[in-house]
Amino acid sequence: MKQKDLILYTAILIFGLAAPFIFPAFKVQLSILCVLIILAATWNIQGGEMGYNSFGNILFYGLGMYLCASVQVGMFFPLAEWTESGGEKTFVHTPKQFFQGMAVGLIVAAVVPTIVAGLIGYSILGLRGHYFAICTLGLGVAAGEISGGIEIIGAGQGFTTPPFPDFGGLEARGEFFYFCSFFALVLTFITIRAIYSTRFKLILNAIRDNEDKAEAMGIETMKYKIIGWMVSAFFCGLAGGIMGGLVGYIDSTDVAFDGREMGVFMVLMAILGGKGTLWGPIIGATVFHIFKEGFWTFFLGWQYVALGVLIVVIVIYFPEGIMGWLREKYPERFGEVVDEADRKAQVELK
Amino acid sequence: MDFMVFQYPMITIQACLDGILLGVLFALIAYGMALQWGVMNIINIAQGDLVILGGYIAYFMYLYGIHPAWGVIVSPFIMYFIGVGIYKLVINKVVDRDLFISILATFGISILFMQLMNFAFGADVVLANSGYGTTFLFDSNVVLPNSKIFSAAVSIVFAICLVIYMKKSKLGRAIRATAQNARAAKILGVDTEKVYAATFGINAALCGVAGALISITFTIHPYMGLPYTIRSFMIVIVAGLGNLPGVALSGMGLGVFEEFADYMLGTEFRIGSVFLLLVLILVYRRFKLSRKREYLK
Repeated sequence: MKQKDLILYTAILIFGLAAPFIFPAFKVQLSILCVLIILAATWNIQGGEMGYNSFGNILFYGLGMYLCASVQVGMFFPLAEWTESGGEKTFVHTPKQFFQGMAVGLIVAAVVPTIVAGLIGYSILGLRGHYFAICTLGLGVAAGEISGGIEIIGAGQGFTTPPFPDFGGLEARGEFFYFCSFFALVLTFITIRAIYSTRFKLILNAIRDNEDKAEAMGIETMKYKIIGWMVSAFFCGLAGGIMGGLVGYIDSTDVAFDGREMGVFMVLMAILGGKGTLWGPIIGATVFHIFKEGFWTFFLGWQYVALGVLIVVIVIYFPEGIMGWLREKYPERFGEVVDEADRKAQVELK
Repeated sequence: MDFMVFQYPMITIQACLDGILLGVLFALIAYGMALQWGVMNIINIAQGDLVILGGYIAYFMYLYGIHPAWGVIVSPFIMYFIGVGIYKLVINKVVDRDLFISILATFGISILFMQLMNFAFGADVVLANSGYGTTFLFDSNVVLPNSKIFSAAVSIVFAICLVIYMKKSKLGRAIRATAQNARAAKILGVDTEKVYAATFGINAALCGVAGALISITFTIHPYMGLPYTIRSFMIVIVAGLGNLPGVALSGMGLGVFEEFADYMLGTEFRIGSVFLLLVLILVYRRFKLSRKREYLK
């Protein structure tokens, strides 16, 4: 690691740790931003590096959300009675129970989706191109519809996650969830950065560029595709678990398996920032979140109209994303050697 | 799970007849999808939303006192121009590009339409009452609303008209030529841009017909579009592009499957089972092809 990078990462880490105290009013927004970055960055492993455009990562996110909340409740109280009582609290978690449940819940929320991804990976990842995209879209929606019919996790009326224990009020709650999501983000970033500096990333890129040729070169493409998906699933589940606690209420199609919002957001953020780059999804998620919150606040009710227009505009006019645009403008910064004469000749050609 | 359906043959007959009548409608939507997929090589996620929009046109005629069955004539005309408009604004920029771009762009259109319809028509589930009455069969053990029979008959008429139009007319020939080889068609003087616009317009008009029929027979709601898209996609991948009898058969098969899923699993799992069936079909085809070391493409 170069010294410049080290300074940059330290600065970001310090800023991240201090952020809830600098902007106390935006704690919840910052936590959501962390979750969005995790989702965009892990989507990028498939969509950007591997070339498998998935609409189905929302499956792992929703699964993690339900699992974390169910474990947190089920460890101490009967789950069925909890969901039946709905909003009225018949059982109260002590602080110790709450944190214990949350810790175990997050582990389960991360591990089980990983196993699920490993199990279905062999079948689903054998599809290519748009068949994969539509199949994963179907998976996400099917999961939402089916979980909306299961009684024990609240069916249509939703699932209230355990409320934060009664100390410190909203401030403590906000800080707790912020640090949860921030540490999840740091973990994600370290993992992804480590992955991107190994042979594994080159294999993923080979699969994206020409899968048949990669297979002919002796790479077991299926194995690496499944591993890539499992990495995504792990962090999506973790993010889902945190988000469930943060929102405090889980609905099958509007919060957990929300293909219309979160499922599209993660694709959009990665494309906006630039597919196939380390920093692209992070920048994309930040820009998108700021834009979205501004729009959601000032044009309430028109947000989906804006979202639809935004998707169309980004996809048609800006498919390279912010990083792609920067790369075209300043290729030297990205370590590309540019021949000035060649560049001029290209401009003339245009 | 409820297996009563097999012990009472009347319920089975009811489900089969319902499913077939419903499936004819699905096949009509799927035919539009196959048309644009084959000609322009795009997958239109907004297909279902076009259907719902067509349904609202018929519903509005019903609100203003006109019999909703006339929507079958009016709706495709309006939808044709909406389809051409969408093509000029968005689709013509995604035709030559990666399929995923078209999926994502039409997903955006789908979200946009959903919300605009929600603003314009409200979030209520609505139905245009045709007042056609019902037919009773087998000692009134099987109940068939006449509107369902009417909608199936109209769909078949429209499908036949379209097939003849595609075979005989000049535009139909141009569309088929473009589907076979767009470049060669261009060289031979076909204005492919116009052909694409017309194809998308015809697809939208078909959706308009189907939507008007759905608003008479079933219910419409601004957010109900996506399942129709998925159903038509499923029918097309099972039948294959350009296989018209296959589209009709697999449409009816899907309709029957849905009715049985409705009876056996309960209505809350109906849409979920459709999406799950899509996943299962794709996975089945993937394993079938992988024996020959091929893949879906």
